[in-house]
Amino acid sequence: MATNDIVLEAKGITKHFPGVLANDHVDFDLHKGEIHALLGENGAGKTTLMNILYGLYLPDSGEIQVDGKPAVIHTPKDSITLGIGMVHQHFMLIPVFTVAENIMLGDEIVRNKIVLDQKAVAKRVRDLSHQYGLEINPETLVSQLPVGVQQRVEIVKALYRNAHILILDEPTAVLTPQEADELFVIMHELTKRGVSIIFITHKLKEVLAVADRITVMRDGKVVGTAKPKETDEAKLASMMVGREVILKVDKDPAKPGNEILKVDGLKVHDIRGLEVVRDVSFHVLAGEVLGIAGVQGNGQTELVEALTGLRSMAGGKMWFSGKDMTGKPPRPITETGMAHIPEDRQRHGLVLGYTVADNMVLNTYYLPPFGVHNMLQPAAIDSNARKLIEDYDVRTPSPYVPVGKLSGGNQQKVIVARELSHPVKLLVANQPTRGLDVGSIEYIHKEIIVMRDRGVAVLLVSAELDEIMALSDRIAVMYRGQIVATVDAAKVTREQLGLWMAGAHPEE
Amino acid sequence: MQNIDGQIPVKKLRDLLNPLLVPLLAIFTAMVAGGIIIAIVGGNPFAAYWGLVQGSFGSAAALSETAVWATPYIFAGLAVAVAFKGGLFNIGAEGQLAFGAVMAALIGYALPGWLHIDLPAYIHIPLTVGLGMLAGAIWAAIPGALKAYTGGHEVINTIMMNYIALNITSFLLNGPMRDPDPLNLSARTPEIAASARIPTIFPDLRVHWGFVLALLVAVIIWWLLWKTTMGFEIRTVGANPDAAKYAGINVKRTIVITMAISGALAGLAGAIEVTALNYRHELGFSVGYGFDSIAIALLGKTNPFGVVLAAILFGAMRNGGTRMQFMTQIPVDIISVIQGLILLFVAADAIIRFIYRIRVREERVVLTRGWGG
Repeated sequence: MATNDIVLEAKGITKHFPGVLANDHVDFDLHKGEIHALLGENGAGKTTLMNILYGLYLPDSGEIQVDGKPAVIHTPKDSITLGIGMVHQHFMLIPVFTVAENIMLGDEIVRNKIVLDQKAVAKRVRDLSHQYGLEINPETLVSQLPVGVQQRVEIVKALYRNAHILILDEPTAVLTPQEADELFVIMHELTKRGVSIIFITHKLKEVLAVADRITVMRDGKVVGTAKPKETDEAKLASMMVGREVILKVDKDPAKPGNEILKVDGLKVHDIRGLEVVRDVSFHVLAGEVLGIAGVQGNGQTELVEALTGLRSMAGGKMWFSGKDMTGKPPRPITETGMAHIPEDRQRHGLVLGYTVADNMVLNTYYLPPFGVHNMLQPAAIDSNARKLIEDYDVRTPSPYVPVGKLSGGNQQKVIVARELSHPVKLLVANQPTRGLDVGSIEYIHKEIIVMRDRGVAVLLVSAELDEIMALSDRIAVMYRGQIVATVDAAKVTREQLGLWMAGAHPEE
Repeated sequence: MQNIDGQIPVKKLRDLLNPLLVPLLAIFTAMVAGGIIIAIVGGNPFAAYWGLVQGSFGSAAALSETAVWATPYIFAGLAVAVAFKGGLFNIGAEGQLAFGAVMAALIGYALPGWLHIDLPAYIHIPLTVGLGMLAGAIWAAIPGALKAYTGGHEVINTIMMNYIALNITSFLLNGPMRDPDPLNLSARTPEIAASARIPTIFPDLRVHWGFVLALLVAVIIWWLLWKTTMGFEIRTVGANPDAAKYAGINVKRTIVITMAISGALAGLAGAIEVTALNYRHELGFSVGYGFDSIAIALLGKTNPFGVVLAAILFGAMRNGGTRMQFMTQIPVDIISVIQGLILLFVAADAIIRFIYRIRVREERVVLTRGWGG
């Protein structure tokens, strides 16, 4: 439980990167047995601060104290010695190794200097998991564990190295709501046993539910520290963004029209040839948002890639705007009126080295007025870019800046602007706000509802349950490649959706 | 942030000079290093470089020879550069060039006989050069198609196709296409007909209209890459094939087209050597053009005009090297050393950036992706 003993204190941390002041005199402290949430948008400086505490960067100035003593942290090894452990957003586990092997990796127990003592490690892991109430079997292969348990392995890995300060970087991004709740229980168990936790996130609900104290960062500075009881979501959001934010999406009831997209018995294989979309059928009407909820990796990526022509279908049929578009490549699908906000904007949505202007005609470059008689028309491309930059409020110094130099939110706006600027009947938005700041999320949500109200059919795929619930008129839940339930968004609870996402059957 | 000006921005001088900075410093550094090597082996570097300049730019004849050397370098350098722009590493320019030369020689000496008519030059020259280009294009399109439809890596396949091309060429020049002249002792074709020969520009100098064509082709390639929708497709596939697919571009077809254009340019290099300079194809004449062209494309930063400058530099060094050797007794092989150093410094530009403390300003040019990429 939270006490007033300070285990970790950072004072006046300043870190410059070329052209950016990532941390500007940041003060941060962590009490023994406390969960201290660090909240901020991408680029606010949270990760820089944590990387300094973990020894990946050296600060330009400022000092760090651990357990009341000045600490010099040059490498992650130094921070581990000081008892700081970090659980990264992307797990650093080797799937074909057992839990015990993964945990001892880099800190092996050895007999006679060469022989690994697997038994001693397994015993140590068992002891730790009993001690902290983290149930894991040291002999299981990591690849056989669900994501939530893999995360536990990462936590035990840190405890195995005697960490008493844990940094959890966006730990709930890959979890179902139930798994996240379990994680919060574990976090409380850990703090009861004297572990102190820094919890990095941008999800406001979680922060209010789990943290003892909340520190908000913006533009490299600490904006303020609050206790959950004294604040609420709206206050935290405006601290993060620096202005009032409307968190709730205002929308009128949908006025559904004709059937725009119909998918029947769709089967899709992934690159390994495994069937990851299994016999999926659904339809989307004009003027409604169909949200596809599900934990990442349940076939949503492949489903969208098949619908947009990026991946071949292994079976089933697809009708778009009344036409059979089964197995068509992207161009005819786009020309029929599908707009696609892709999941991975830097891989599919943009050519990072191209200018903003060129990216804004990435899939219309051959059509008049941009391409006439196979010749690019720079004047038309220029005026298109200037208009879209203005209309969609893309923050860029000029249309001729490489799009890779813009922030994530502005890159996404370039894609949204391009996709919505040609005649659209169906908008497929896959994780449209992933990694974006609150301001951009607000903007893109508003834009999706505007499109819906204009009679566009919207297929929204998101792993963020809040996003699905805020925008959708109907919700389909995907689990292991199948749609396990399709429900009216107004008649379902968050908990119910969470259960389905975790694999519970709707009948039960 | 939004200080949007009302017009398409005019490029500042600094923006134009910036991409030249690393290549120029690479050349300078390589020359210094080469000078040190010359001094170590007992020569006078200043005399050697003076000989090099004299031999390459010192007289009308020297200039003419530099242009003659530069011509195949420009074509072949453009060939490699176009492939790079499309994300492909064409190491097969050597073989494509050989086939272009063989085809041009065949059409040049045999076509009038087959047709039993004397062809006018305005038909015979374009036919000879055009079919030479076609031969190179087909030879390059094969590894392009293998890449696009089977995923076979073009680096491996173009290297292998070089061996096939060079051995078939050797067979043809020793066998069916061998010059039947009883005095002939070498593996070479008969001379091409006068109607297939591209004339020289000046009566007493060897520089020919092929050099002018090379400059023109550089402009055409620049126009193709940056002004046409096809160029947009080639560059997009090269920069990000996933985004290209998303944008509705037929990535597989674009890969084949890019390789065919690249091969056509390499074939053109061979065809021009036959029709404008040697008037026949002889085994071994082209050895190295195809490989030097990779260095030229890199030094020219895959920009068509950069390629022209790099090709002229390489041509001047090859040409001036002989004069340097004559004046200073320094072996002409030092030129290969300097060219190798230039390539090293351009390819590993971190060395240059480190020596001269240049901050990374531009995005690094990703020339090719890894296996299967």
